[in-house]
Amino acid sequence: MYDSLLGPFLQYGFMQRALLGSVVLSVSCAPVGVFLMLRRMSLTGDAMSHAILPGAALGFLLFGLDILPMTIGGLVVGLVVALGSGLVSRFTVQKEDASMAAFYLISLAAGVLLVSWRGSSVDLMHVLFGSVLALNDEAIGLIVSIAAVTFLAFGLCWRALVAECLDPLFLRSVSRFGGPVHLLFLVLVVLNLVGGFQALGTLLSVGLMMLPAVAARFWSNDVRTLCLIAIVIAVVSSLGGLLLSYHASMPSGPAIIMAAGGAYILSTIFGRRGVLASALPSRRHRSA
Amino acid sequence: MTDICLEFKNLTLGYQGHAAVHHLRGTAERGVLTAIVGANGSGKSTLMKGIAGILKPISGTCEQHFGRLAYLPQQSELDRTFPARVVDLVSLGFWQDRGFLGRITGKDRAKLAGCLDVVGLTGFEKRPLDSLSGGQMQRALFARTMLQDADLILLDEPFNAVDGRTIQDLIRLIKKWAAQRRTVLCVLHDHALVREHFPRTLLIARKLVAWGPTSDVLTSENLSRARNFQEAWDENAGWCEDERPGFSPTHEPDAGRKQRVAANV
Repeated sequence: MYDSLLGPFLQYGFMQRALLGSVVLSVSCAPVGVFLMLRRMSLTGDAMSHAILPGAALGFLLFGLDILPMTIGGLVVGLVVALGSGLVSRFTVQKEDASMAAFYLISLAAGVLLVSWRGSSVDLMHVLFGSVLALNDEAIGLIVSIAAVTFLAFGLCWRALVAECLDPLFLRSVSRFGGPVHLLFLVLVVLNLVGGFQALGTLLSVGLMMLPAVAARFWSNDVRTLCLIAIVIAVVSSLGGLLLSYHASMPSGPAIIMAAGGAYILSTIFGRRGVLASALPSRRHRSA
Repeated sequence: MTDICLEFKNLTLGYQGHAAVHHLRGTAERGVLTAIVGANGSGKSTLMKGIAGILKPISGTCEQHFGRLAYLPQQSELDRTFPARVVDLVSLGFWQDRGFLGRITGKDRAKLAGCLDVVGLTGFEKRPLDSLSGGQMQRALFARTMLQDADLILLDEPFNAVDGRTIQDLIRLIKKWAAQRRTVLCVLHDHALVREHFPRTLLIARKLVAWGPTSDVLTSENLSRARNFQEAWDENAGWCEDERPGFSPTHEPDAGRKQRVAANV
């Protein structure tokens, strides 16, 4: 038991790196996912993860399978899509979900064209599904820096982020920061997706962001607690997913996401605000 | 006394080239409680948005001689399902004091508790927002407005779905604001309430009908004039060319009434 839980991480350096990378990523991604969910932008993360593809593909075409150019490419394209759709929704009548859909579809089509233009399907699999077991120093450094930036931004802008979600019109009447805070938040989303894309690939990076967040919603009704619970779920899923992938010889990224998916299903059923709690209401009640 | 808080200079507000508030002129003085009255679609909320700076004027200006503004909109974009507590919502009122990076201090917390006490929400600090009733939410929003410590307070139909007792409590609070030399503009539909509590009234029907002491404004003649206005947009309506200073547009109140309006303001 002890051996099968701790053994892989003690014996193999690549497992230690994978653990470090995915745990840091969990801590950074989960709170971003909580705010995405609370702004009813849960699917925006998904759209953004697709939007990153052409940037990564362009980096891949120009420099081969090298992490840095693919990351920078993904970052640039992700920011263009996030800022573009944010600006369109700020300055026109179009809502953000519509402009986001338009921008990410254009981006995704461009990405698939780029990848199919040169490069085999094996490479495409790498871009799409990542490889947490092959994280090098560069990639770990990138993930740690992204986590640091994310936490710094959350620490400084927490009140503004909460105010932007809770009552955007009020924030607009007392401060000019409403728009910039929203854009900063979109930047954080892209940063974390790019960080996740190293470990889990573009298709699955959004899973570690959203699944722990939506699972946490069944346990708490307070923003801070939600973030903490989401982080715990994400870390446990990373650990569980890596062990699953080691023992059952599965690809690590999907294994981590499946573990998070399991946490979501369990929370849905057994959570304090979940299915069982609402299906089996207690007849006991306080008099006031 | 030239203690002017707001001055409308030929202010025209609207959407997509259609005027919703047409050539508004007049001034609001400090410490005065003014009710804004008019039918649906008469431009009341538009005027509020224009004063709050959320809607840019098509022409004219709204000169502002006040420090701080508090705006309680009719259609709040407040997300009531957001997992926040009452204290989180009310403490947004510190925004203008504490700014973007500031932290809320122990003194602030005591002040917040005092405001909750005034609106009768003591003990509600930790309650989640989705557990509040409509009236309790409105009380919480008034507590937030108190914390904003504003010189000009805009309230857009603040008593919708609020019971009689709460209205009395909130009116008392509004009167206290006016006594503290704050200017209050409040959109209302209940004429009895306006007559009882609001010394001044602005009657609007996409253009100014009358503005002055409530008893002079809420006459049956004015009210019937305010009812007969064109609510719908007319795509074929001519362009209003009356932007020249000193020019008296034909759709303004007649000269005699204009003088009365000016005298009342």
